[in-house]
Amino acid sequence: MSTIAIDNPIIEVEDLHFYYGDSRAIHGVDLKFPEKKVTALIGPSGCGKSTLLRCFNRMNDLIDISRVEGKVILAGENIYDKNTDIIELRRKVGMVFQKSNPFPKSIYENVIYGLRIAGENDKRVLDERVETSLKGAALWDEVKDRLQDSALGLSGGQMQRLCIARAIAVNPSVILMDEPCSALDPKSTARVEELISELRKDFTIIIVTHNMQQAARVSDFTAFLFEGDLIEFGVTKQLFVKPGKQQTEDYITGRFG
Amino acid sequence: MSKPQRKEMNSYWRVGEPMVWLTGAALSLTLLSAIVLVVVIMINGLGVFWPSPVQQLELTDGSRIFGQQVKTEETADKSGLRRQYKIANRDLYGLDFRWIDEDRIVKESTPDDILILERIEHGDFYGRLKNIDTGRIQQVAATTENLQEELLRVRNELEGLSELEEKLSDASYRMEQMRLELLKLDYRNVAENDPRRQKLLAEQQALNEDFGRLIKLQTNRVVDVRKAKAVFADGAGREKEIVLADIFQVYQPNQMTILDKSIFYFHKLVELFVGEPRESNTEGGLFPAIFGTVMLIFVMSLFSFPLGVVAAVYLREYAREGILVRIVRIAVNNLAGIPSIVYGIFGLGFFIYGIGHSIDMLFFPERSPTPTFGTGGLLWASLTLALLTVPVVIVSTEEALGAIPREMREGSYALGATKFQTLYRVLLPMASPGIMTGLILAMARAAGEVAPLMITGVVKLAPALPIDGNFPFLHLDRKFMHLGFHIYDIGFQSPNVEAAKPMVFVTTLLLVLIVLIMSSVAIRLRNKMKKRYTFGTF
Repeated sequence: MSTIAIDNPIIEVEDLHFYYGDSRAIHGVDLKFPEKKVTALIGPSGCGKSTLLRCFNRMNDLIDISRVEGKVILAGENIYDKNTDIIELRRKVGMVFQKSNPFPKSIYENVIYGLRIAGENDKRVLDERVETSLKGAALWDEVKDRLQDSALGLSGGQMQRLCIARAIAVNPSVILMDEPCSALDPKSTARVEELISELRKDFTIIIVTHNMQQAARVSDFTAFLFEGDLIEFGVTKQLFVKPGKQQTEDYITGRFG
Repeated sequence: MSKPQRKEMNSYWRVGEPMVWLTGAALSLTLLSAIVLVVVIMINGLGVFWPSPVQQLELTDGSRIFGQQVKTEETADKSGLRRQYKIANRDLYGLDFRWIDEDRIVKESTPDDILILERIEHGDFYGRLKNIDTGRIQQVAATTENLQEELLRVRNELEGLSELEEKLSDASYRMEQMRLELLKLDYRNVAENDPRRQKLLAEQQALNEDFGRLIKLQTNRVVDVRKAKAVFADGAGREKEIVLADIFQVYQPNQMTILDKSIFYFHKLVELFVGEPRESNTEGGLFPAIFGTVMLIFVMSLFSFPLGVVAAVYLREYAREGILVRIVRIAVNNLAGIPSIVYGIFGLGFFIYGIGHSIDMLFFPERSPTPTFGTGGLLWASLTLALLTVPVVIVSTEEALGAIPREMREGSYALGATKFQTLYRVLLPMASPGIMTGLILAMARAAGEVAPLMITGVVKLAPALPIDGNFPFLHLDRKFMHLGFHIYDIGFQSPNVEAAKPMVFVTTLLLVLIVLIMSSVAIRLRNKMKKRYTFGTF
């Protein structure tokens, strides 16, 4: 279990259990995510890291048979409280998916999608937000002359950065990334990783990754999960150099998973 | 069989070469049958308006006939050939077509002076011009030019009369409305000396006088116009006097050059599209039927498209997957397989006798027992067809929505969108090509249906179009004409099937053409959407 103290946690997970029907995917995880840092969730396939990630913006609600026990506290409030406004929650917790999923609209409309559905229609505000978001996602220079073109004409890497721009456009406090680079080539991956390092200045990032080198490169903290249990949580540099648990060591040295 | 050979055979079967051939053959067979269908209709339909020469035949018994050759075939006893001629002059001979054995023909020629008269009644007349009676003091010589000139004059006068007729039909429509207003007052037991009734009666009186004056004017002018006549002689020299006003047009196919014929053909085509039918629909134009067909499909789409899409959205997006939804889905799929006549009967029982009758009882009680909505009409036929095609729209919409990758929904939800926002900003646009496919299929099916229409409002000859200049302009309660029914009617219900045959093919060609045009417009639209809303492969 995690031994290090986190002073300013933005998300606190308390005894979280998650069930798909009868099978339990997460068994009682306790975890604190530090603000404005990058935390990586690693572990073998099926260990529950994506499920855990999707608990933070209640994306799992979409699955009819799922059930959650325990608390996830975001900025002092339990998001699994009855009164939680899910729409509001998802504005505060953005998400970037494994497979880039731009909408079949123009680049411009993609970026401001979150604002549009919130009812923002002021052209000046939207224009300004498109520029800052695209700049924030390091995409501005590539697309500034074709904002009205379809987003589906972008390359895979550009699409993923567009999805990041779309997520930061609504100004969330946390960005969840679910294996954001797994469908990208090495060059695009490098760009997205660079981008993550930039984004940590303004956002808390929680990233699920299969790629240990990536976790080591981009994250400040790392949590290792195995079969629904949190095995170890710590500062990335320490965890990778000197893991505290045998299982962690076995995994990061490639003995299984 | 030697060993290596067998090995070769085995691999031949394993690779599946015969299967590939079979699939190819199946495809070509389908294509071929489609092509043959179109070609047969085209061959039979396109040639109808081409003016072929009129021959003068002298037979062994000394009789002379004028006729246009239709086809040649072997005689029943295989002794020679016989030809079918269109001899027209129905009022003289009682039939338009005649088979003549080739060995009975002594001489055949194509004299220039034979005329074909297209008449308003009794079909064509083939003959020579004998005499013209202009019906005025000034008489003219019996030449074709003079005949054409006189015809033009008569046509122009009739044209003037049509204005009068329009006024008449307008007046009669107003009189009908007036009568209905009075009926309403009767129904409400309004007193005899009520000012409203008095006012209506006075108006009716004025209208009646107006109408009488118009009728008289019209009758006088018609009598005047009908004074112009001409005498023609058939092949045997029998003379026949024909009123010029009854002649639609006159031409001499034996004198026409290819260019003349092409122009003639083109004019016929134009008439087909914009003209009114004549001669119990076997001649003239098809405009009311074309209009009715297009209108029917349009109104049908207006009902079935939104209904189907909305129902599918509920089924796919909102309903909880379970036994009930599964049953509904199976029911919808089976609905598409019900014979269309069943829908027709349902339309008759539910829409016409049920809803239509209730509307009549509620809003037009004074007109009873004359039905207004309680009888077949465009609205009920459209609704019946909408019901028939809605399963197609539901199934394709559901499939289109289901084919959208989950990431799209999640991407939208993750940005704080509600289900509804996701639906109309992301899912529906992405599903639109698939929805369009459903609409195309629905339209094609609706255009081809005849059976349910026959009991829900189609007629052989509609007195008025569903859209006209009289308030409220769109009359969905009116009966209408339809190309599909037209084919059935003139092909199988007409007293003179042989004469109607060309028109059957022309109408069929037109129906195919209309479906093709509507589908290609929809397909173009779909491709545009596809380009916009779907990913390229990557």
